[in-house]
Amino acid sequence: MTHASLTDTSHTDTSHTDTTELADTSQSGVLAQPYAGPGESGGPDPAGTLLRVEGLGVSFAQPGGRRRVRVLDDVALTVRAGEIVGIVGETGSGKTTLARAIAGLTAPDRGRVHLAGEDIAGLRGRARRRFRRVGAIQFIFQDPLRSLDPALTVGTSIGEGLAIAGSGSRAQRAERVADALRQVGLDPAVAGRLPAQISGGQRQRASIARAVISDPALLLCDEPVSALDASNRNHILLLLDELRQRLSVGIAVISHDLSTLAGIADRVVVLYRGRVVEDGPIAEVFARPRHPYTALLIASAPDIHGRDRHAAARLRPVGTSRDPASRRTGECVFAHRCRFATDACAETPPRRAATDHPGGDWVVACHHADTWRDELDTAPAPAASRKDFPT
Amino acid sequence: MPESAAGPAEVLLKVDGLRITVGGERTEAVRGVSFEVRRGEAVGIVGESGSGKTLACRSVLGVLAPGCAVSGGTIDFDGTSLVGLPRRGWEQLRGTRIAAVFQDPASYLNPSYPVGHQLAEQLRVKHGRARRDARADAVRLLAAMGLHDPERVYRQYPHQLSGGMLQRVVLAIAVSGDPELLIADEATTALDVTIQAEVLELLAGLRAERGLAVIAVSHDLAVIAEFCDRVLVFYAGELVEAGPTQAVLHAPRHPYTEALLRVASVGSWERRSLAVIDGQPPHVGAELPGCRFADRCAFATQQCRTRPVALTEQPDGRSVRCRRVDELALSGAGAATAAGAAS
Repeated sequence: MTHASLTDTSHTDTSHTDTTELADTSQSGVLAQPYAGPGESGGPDPAGTLLRVEGLGVSFAQPGGRRRVRVLDDVALTVRAGEIVGIVGETGSGKTTLARAIAGLTAPDRGRVHLAGEDIAGLRGRARRRFRRVGAIQFIFQDPLRSLDPALTVGTSIGEGLAIAGSGSRAQRAERVADALRQVGLDPAVAGRLPAQISGGQRQRASIARAVISDPALLLCDEPVSALDASNRNHILLLLDELRQRLSVGIAVISHDLSTLAGIADRVVVLYRGRVVEDGPIAEVFARPRHPYTALLIASAPDIHGRDRHAAARLRPVGTSRDPASRRTGECVFAHRCRFATDACAETPPRRAATDHPGGDWVVACHHADTWRDELDTAPAPAASRKDFPT
Repeated sequence: MPESAAGPAEVLLKVDGLRITVGGERTEAVRGVSFEVRRGEAVGIVGESGSGKTLACRSVLGVLAPGCAVSGGTIDFDGTSLVGLPRRGWEQLRGTRIAAVFQDPASYLNPSYPVGHQLAEQLRVKHGRARRDARADAVRLLAAMGLHDPERVYRQYPHQLSGGMLQRVVLAIAVSGDPELLIADEATTALDVTIQAEVLELLAGLRAERGLAVIAVSHDLAVIAEFCDRVLVFYAGELVEAGPTQAVLHAPRHPYTEALLRVASVGSWERRSLAVIDGQPPHVGAELPGCRFADRCAFATQQCRTRPVALTEQPDGRSVRCRRVDELALSGAGAATAAGAAS
């Protein structure tokens, strides 16, 4: 549902969980800590880096209150040309806000967004409009039935950007629309149909055609397949994989579904309550996560062979987890749900390169990244605690 | 698992030859489906959108949308025929003996009342509790659903709760009358994966404690694999395969089941090959002379296309709707680890 992905930015929805402690953090100046990028030594961008986000922070005013809700805090990530980066996190973790901030749809209050070396977060007025018209960053939404105008034919929607920018004659634009449709594996005749007249998978292809028509450098896909069933889902993922090779676009795919990302992404960025807790090569991260939250996510994913329920239960705190509202100022974002939290976790852990990845292609923000697993191996399986039902 | 020394439990729900038409007499979206649910058993239904799985569930609840109607077959719930059951009859079943949870919990709660009131109201109106008892029971039920600080949750409005919390509230309402059958239609689909795991564990606990039978509808085979004793595979309004979950998923006997498994997420984190099922299912209500899957099936022969195929009982206790069931050697989920899962 589009609802779910929009809750990230919805004030009412974040207010019940995030308000207090996030407001506290912003007041106490924790965010003023010096920013340390993920293994970045301040040198020039490595070859091929397309998008580089540094120290990105976004906060929203709370309705009726003076407090601000911090939705993203010190977020860093990079996407190379031709690379697919998965962004995973739960409802309210800031995934959608991150994509919107990268695209310039939400104004960040801190940090930088560099696209091909240019700081696009700082663009204002005419420069920003010009940047948008070029269409270097394109968005693909979850629900194409809602992101395509139901009253416009598919072709008109796809060519709308070109028409607004006034590029080419009508006939040239029609030809580019047909090209874009072919790029995404649709019959150009689909251009004459309304969104309601084609299937869900075809609609998502049409919205990808709308995105690629302007020859973008970066595609931001917000839950691109979660409205589709398994077969159509794989069709769309294959298409994204093909486009990154053919057009060498960088692609950021936001998803709450690990298996969607496992299918196509090269790297994964794990967000928890507005902070990046882990960032690394996806196959290795999923095989042996370094952050307890990533481990919990993976252990919670249902498995056709029957998930080991103890695996997830062993990663949850003993007894009931603490109320998130009780989070102390400056504490690690995950501490309230972490089985391995200690006194050290009262301080936000810095992102550090994983010990065997000194190059910085795998970073983790956990004080106990190297040790929590030892504790896990010795911990007994928790006994199922169940309360009585009223009879 | 509803295993008992006394052998298989008694049949609670028996659906026989169910036919459902949508939007007019001619369009048959469910075409003669039969299955049983025993007491305490969890039965999963899988299939693509439009396969008729939700319609079948809704007919068991008596909540088919306007324009949809049961046009044939019987539904028997513990001796009561549910087809054509009058309103009074439904009132005695629905919400008490048969309960349901759906994908979007927020749309089943009244946004203007605290969630606890809505749970207590159910306890008062449906189960005749006194006002004060209803409140105390509601708080205990919320606690039993693993909700932190149930007293506070009791007073909160739906918009103040997250999706996972709302789904727990809806589950509390569903099980408040101690139902015998719970229908869970994509009940965990909209939840975050960590919350989904917790809700599935909660449901498994409810089954174990209350002997609750569950019909779980999901497009996610992994959820079904984890939760259900038996699985029913729907395709284009028909049952194409049915049997014990592990057996069906690890050694499918219908080509469609195999195709579904090939495209599904199977919980393997290696970069998997992204398989697809070519083509589209037939239009809802399309009348085809032969197998409805034939156009997308790699094994289809001329005979498959021209003559109807019956669902046949197999010696291994499964039912398969395929003319070539004895000739085909199909592969299931994770052939490499099949040895570990053969139980």
